Amino acid sequence: MNLLLDPWPWYIGGPAIAVVLFLLLFSEKRFGMSTNLKTLCSIAGAGKKIPFFAGDWKANRWGLIVALGAATGGFIAANFLTNGSVGLINQEVVRELNQMGIAGAGSDFMPAALFGNNALLQPKILLLLALGGFLIGFGTRYAGGCTSGHAISGLSDLQWPSLIAVIGFFIGGLFMNHFILPYLL
Amino acid sequence: MKRVLLYFLIGILFGITMMKSEAASWFRIYEMFQFKSFHMYGIIGAAVCLGVLITQLIKRYKLRSFFGEEIHIAPKPKLVSAPLIGGAIFGLGWALTGACPGPIYVLIGAGYLPLLVVMVFAILGTYCYGWIKPRLPH
Repeated sequence: MNLLLDPWPWYIGGPAIAVVLFLLLFSEKRFGMSTNLKTLCSIAGAGKKIPFFAGDWKANRWGLIVALGAATGGFIAANFLTNGSVGLINQEVVRELNQMGIAGAGSDFMPAALFGNNALLQPKILLLLALGGFLIGFGTRYAGGCTSGHAISGLSDLQWPSLIAVIGFFIGGLFMNHFILPYLL
Repeated sequence: MKRVLLYFLIGILFGITMMKSEAASWFRIYEMFQFKSFHMYGIIGAAVCLGVLITQLIKRYKLRSFFGEEIHIAPKPKLVSAPLIGGAIFGLGWALTGACPGPIYVLIGAGYLPLLVVMVFAILGTYCYGWIKPRLPH
């Protein structure tokens, strides 16, 4: 296995996320990615009308720097740290997705039908992406965190609300995956 | 300035990790919610197990940060409805787009431009939450 070019197995990826958590905690910060969405609202001036966005967003500037780094990391990984191969996807899943018109499982990193640049020209796909984005933004702030804030940092700190949130993530996720997505795609 | 560079480098490590581990892949999230692969459960499970160890060591031994300060980990507000309902709403979006907020930034950097739409509407969703927050159960 070539760690630089091949996809990582879970036992490399999981510990790497723990290293990110370690580095943020020892930098006196939190591991939380969705707070940036709130910070961006505050920067845009939402605090003038809505108290939730008032207050000093400058205290959360570090999070935006982390997000900027994350995008840079995505660019580096997609352009320099890949040989084009992807990890093994379950064959049943591949077949099922092909039947639903979603090609590329097991050969591409992302489905072109949803995330290829042509998707930007298709009203139906745009609508799905917009709906999904809205639910992510609304839900994460309502829940007080996302996968990084609740599932990783919160569970690591043995916080009950985070366990409840993760159960919520799976209630919503399983419902979408099994009962709604088959009709949307 | 040194700190800004540190945060940026941590972000880069996070971005590379999301791509290389395929946690940012729509296919992986789909597979996870189908319970047909151990991959995502392994990633989250390993991260949380090590995370518990790190967090408990910090608390027990009152470990100090890189800058010599005591590390404070703020507890989450003791709520039930908000994490449950909000979590389920986020879960719907996560399973639909295959992205949680972190991977949104990562994938935009990786060149998957449709994620820009997801991000703009995620900001809008956050805005709407702030707007009707007083009328929601928490």
